[in-house]
Amino acid sequence: MADRDSLVGPDSSGHGGLESRSLILHLAGVRKSYNLGTPIETEILHGIDLTLARGEFAALIGPSGSGKSTLLHILGLLERPTGGSLEVAGQDIATLDDARLTELRGRTLGFIFQFHHLLPGFSAIENVMMPTLIDRGRVDAEMRARALWLLDRVGLKDAADKRPSALSGGMQQRVAIARSLAMNPPLILADEPTGNLDTHTADDIFALMRDFNKDEGTAFLIVTHDPRLAGRCDRRIEMLDGYAHPAEQLFVLATNN
Amino acid sequence: MRFELILALRYLREGQAQTALILAGTTVGVAVIIFITAIVNGLQSSLAARTLSTQSHITVKNPDDAPTPVLDRSRLQVSAHIEPRVQRLRSIDQWEPILRSLPGEPHVTAVSPMVTGAGFASRGAANKSIAIIGIDPALYTGIVDVPAHLVSGQFRVAPGEAVIGMELARDLGAAVGDRIQVVSTEGRTDVFRVTGTFDLGVRDLNRRWVIVPLRTGQTLLDLPGGVTNIDLKVDDIFLAEDVAQTIAARTGLLAESWMAVNTQLLTAFKNQTMTTRTVRLFLILIVALGIASVLVVSVVQKQREIGILRAMGASARRIMMVFLIQGGIVGAAGAVFGSGVAAGMVWLASKALRQEDGSPLLETDVNLGIYLGTALISIVVGILAAAAPARRAARMDPVEAIRYG
Repeated sequence: MADRDSLVGPDSSGHGGLESRSLILHLAGVRKSYNLGTPIETEILHGIDLTLARGEFAALIGPSGSGKSTLLHILGLLERPTGGSLEVAGQDIATLDDARLTELRGRTLGFIFQFHHLLPGFSAIENVMMPTLIDRGRVDAEMRARALWLLDRVGLKDAADKRPSALSGGMQQRVAIARSLAMNPPLILADEPTGNLDTHTADDIFALMRDFNKDEGTAFLIVTHDPRLAGRCDRRIEMLDGYAHPAEQLFVLATNN
Repeated sequence: MRFELILALRYLREGQAQTALILAGTTVGVAVIIFITAIVNGLQSSLAARTLSTQSHITVKNPDDAPTPVLDRSRLQVSAHIEPRVQRLRSIDQWEPILRSLPGEPHVTAVSPMVTGAGFASRGAANKSIAIIGIDPALYTGIVDVPAHLVSGQFRVAPGEAVIGMELARDLGAAVGDRIQVVSTEGRTDVFRVTGTFDLGVRDLNRRWVIVPLRTGQTLLDLPGGVTNIDLKVDDIFLAEDVAQTIAARTGLLAESWMAVNTQLLTAFKNQTMTTRTVRLFLILIVALGIASVLVVSVVQKQREIGILRAMGASARRIMMVFLIQGGIVGAAGAVFGSGVAAGMVWLASKALRQEDGSPLLETDVNLGIYLGTALISIVVGILAAAAPARRAARMDPVEAIRYG
């Protein structure tokens, strides 16, 4: 981060370094096409401009096929855009090779999936420790202490040594939330985190994410189909046919509090 | 413990049945490789030892006399037919300095001068063709352990005494203490008292050999002060040919190793070794295929997990390591268990189980090097076998892996 220029994207016209630094995501004209250069080339994202500040709690909504998942994969650094520029935590990803990208992903991003995607062969606490283990290479006491603290925060301290298969769906998702926070990342990307939970459990999970957002200042970008949950986010971004729109006007009544 | 190792161990533990299966396969592979190597080595060294108990490892002697062809000025051969030259009994020129220098050659452990030629032994009406073997008993015992093969009497060859082959003694009707008359092909005669008879396990030697003192032999064969052969023993019998060639090159003499003399035995050894190698190669191949196929299945089963790990920041290289380590662990564990099983089998075959006459069921020859070498092969093969599955795991697209619940 010593290089100040690297904080400013090539087309972040007028944005000063200070503002860039307060942004966790900065997309300018991000495009994504599949089968590039072939007759069946399809563009899914047609130039997304979007910024997300540190500590924001935003919902990403939109119908199926609008490009939500593709955008999430690009934001999650799992795929590279085919056009435009993307800065994550001030780093222009175009300047990073795959190894650096993997490192950036591990340190700045947490993932929560619709399906918990916990590693079945590892206990709850081991699952929570996994991102830190990947980053540091070996187990240490601090890692274990943080994992235990996170499990305590999600109310599963007593289930620390249980395998995911011994936990209910809601509990599994809570472990997944704890895991996404293991590295204390500035941004967590959640792909329909409450998608296959009942409303009561879904509310719990949502509340938990909200708590972490408030207490730790972690930014959340939550893909959801549930307008009720989307309405409770600070900001809504709507994806439609490969474009992102601010959806404030649509939900202005729902968030009027 | 490192992330890669933790995951590798956990994955192996998770896939209990599969892990047990490939571990068993590797164990059997390692055990069989060590055991057949032990048996073949045992067979070869006991066979070689038996053959070499009555032979020198290397015999240094004069090269055959070559014919001197008639050449014209342009050094073209002019005669159409060349008769081989008559081979005379000759002493090795300057044999004493050569004899003294030979123990300095690498691998040479014993040297013994010998004068040998043909003759007849007679006692009463019996008259037999013999080989006169003139030696220094103390030195010669270092080459062929005649005392260990004595049937009667003792191995003592003072002047006027001879130790003769068991069958020759029977042919001549001579027992220890009896006298026999020896006439050499050079026409000289001497009388010896038989002090012992031997059985070297080779009929030709038992029927023809008459061992006499070196000096007496020299006189009989009309080679005063000369010797016809120098016998050598080396510390590694399979290096005999190399040592022989070095000596031949240095002395200009003919140096024949037991390997050149017993070509059939050596061919048999080579074929055996080749067979063992082939068996070993196929065993390694089968074990490698087993490890690879189990790991490929594991990679496919863990597709989603790998995607999650990648999303959480694990690089493709580290995912690859996880699977390479699994291969290495299987190889190493198989090496340990396999060595144990092999050691048990070797013990059973050579110590515990006996043939009716009390000799071991199988001759085995195994050393730490074979165990360590096989263990190393096992580990390397494990890692190599894991290479393809590991590459596949590393190439797994995290998006593909997590897209579908």
